[in-house]
Amino acid sequence: MSDSKLIYRTRLPVRLWHWTNAVTIFVMLMTGMMIFNAHPRLYWGAFGANLDHAWLEIGNHGTQGFVTLFGVQIPTTGVLGYAMGSDVAFPPLVTLPGQYNVPVARIWHFFFAWVLVIGWLGFALYAIISRHLWNDLLLKREETSPSHLWQDIKDHARLRLPRGEAARHYNPLQKLAYLGVLGLGLPLMVLTGLTMSPAMDAAWPWLLVLFDGRQSARSIHFIVAAGLAFFIVVHLAMVLLAGPVNELRSMITGWYRLPPERPATEDK
Amino acid sequence: MTGIVTRRSLLVGGGSLLLAGCDKWTTSPQTLNLLSLGEKASRSAQRLVGDRNALAPEFTRAEMSPVFRVNGSTNPRDAGYVAHAASQFADWRLMIDGLVSTPMSLTLPQLRAAPSRTQITRHDCVEGWSAIGQWTGVPLGLLLRRAGLSTNARYIVFHCADTLLGKPYYESIDLVDAFHPQTILAHSMNGAPLTIGHGAPLRLRVERQLGYKQAKYVMRIEAVASLAPLHGGKGGVWEDNHNYQWYAGI
Repeated sequence: MSDSKLIYRTRLPVRLWHWTNAVTIFVMLMTGMMIFNAHPRLYWGAFGANLDHAWLEIGNHGTQGFVTLFGVQIPTTGVLGYAMGSDVAFPPLVTLPGQYNVPVARIWHFFFAWVLVIGWLGFALYAIISRHLWNDLLLKREETSPSHLWQDIKDHARLRLPRGEAARHYNPLQKLAYLGVLGLGLPLMVLTGLTMSPAMDAAWPWLLVLFDGRQSARSIHFIVAAGLAFFIVVHLAMVLLAGPVNELRSMITGWYRLPPERPATEDK
Repeated sequence: MTGIVTRRSLLVGGGSLLLAGCDKWTTSPQTLNLLSLGEKASRSAQRLVGDRNALAPEFTRAEMSPVFRVNGSTNPRDAGYVAHAASQFADWRLMIDGLVSTPMSLTLPQLRAAPSRTQITRHDCVEGWSAIGQWTGVPLGLLLRRAGLSTNARYIVFHCADTLLGKPYYESIDLVDAFHPQTILAHSMNGAPLTIGHGAPLRLRVERQLGYKQAKYVMRIEAVASLAPLHGGKGGVWEDNHNYQWYAGI
């Protein structure tokens, strides 16, 4: 460990935003699943209710849970539709509150929606002013070449994470994941959320044009939320693979220990 | 009693206990009071970015839901309402009173003969589903002007014939929504008189808010200065008894 050095990698605004956002995203996902439980069916277009065609449905026949996706029914007892002795779409373990309560979930959801939006705006402003966006997040010219990206994909597939000087910066796939969440995922969540508001549809009718109607917006809201949940799973897996103590320290204190270069023999 | 506790039941039981503990905190009045600041901010922000007369989207006949489902109260069993329904609402009257200079009592034929607005709009339930239907009715603003709304009035309250879990249904809106051009008292739906399932003989349409504000079976319209003295004081049966927010624009 003698050749590894401690570097200051994560500045305070990034750390503050990261942890605020981490709590917020969990609250949004858990309360969102509770709200979804009120009507666990998704449609495309302007309207959609029980007698209309749903492209996705989570339900149950008695104690048998199922998910119907594009007309194909998949048994999901114990996970979705029926689990923990509860006949709701998403089980009590992952919803907030645990017991069926849509109005309380809405109060939480719309409070943390403001935290999400204000945090995002603050972070975006910081990333631009401090040049964090250009210095750390946007891909360098050489990183955008297909061969470079392909190499990064292969390295990830082999779980060969960057070491030494290369670990000083985010790698291309990591940058793309963060940019996807920041630049696409979160804005889409906010805009599709607003499209579901009847008052916003009157104030900003272009929202309905953008997302092809309120029920389409609700579907996109759900799909992007699933995407964010997938990001969290991969993100946490990468933290574990890269060394959870070191990674957590860098996100709490800002200080990160550069993992030593691989010995030359191991590099072959 | 066998005394056998399976690992599964222990896990499920322990989990439920933990969740119940969490819920005690996540649903406590103090927590909800603080967090409902978010919905208050949403209301202010929505009023700020939208014109007070901004119209909810309207649709063509071809864009309507093939079937517009019914929900909430679909067949009130209240004796007075049952009698009105049996006589095709011949003796039914809409009362308009409270902070008005000329309280009114209107028959169904009078309301049907009054100037009306027809609109094809989307109905959004708080649960998440939407249905598009055509509504015809009298603009609420017109009736309030005729009744001589007092300058002290701040809210319009709709008292209904039905009950929800034993509580009389009522709802309320502020004057911005009351005088909005699309806010009507609908007596017809899809070109025919309202069915009982959809709120016969008269229901409110307040198109920039969610379904629970669209009071059905409206019997009486009351203009008030404050919602506090009415029932639970929060302006509606869902608000008083189920933690739903008074502003349902989101």
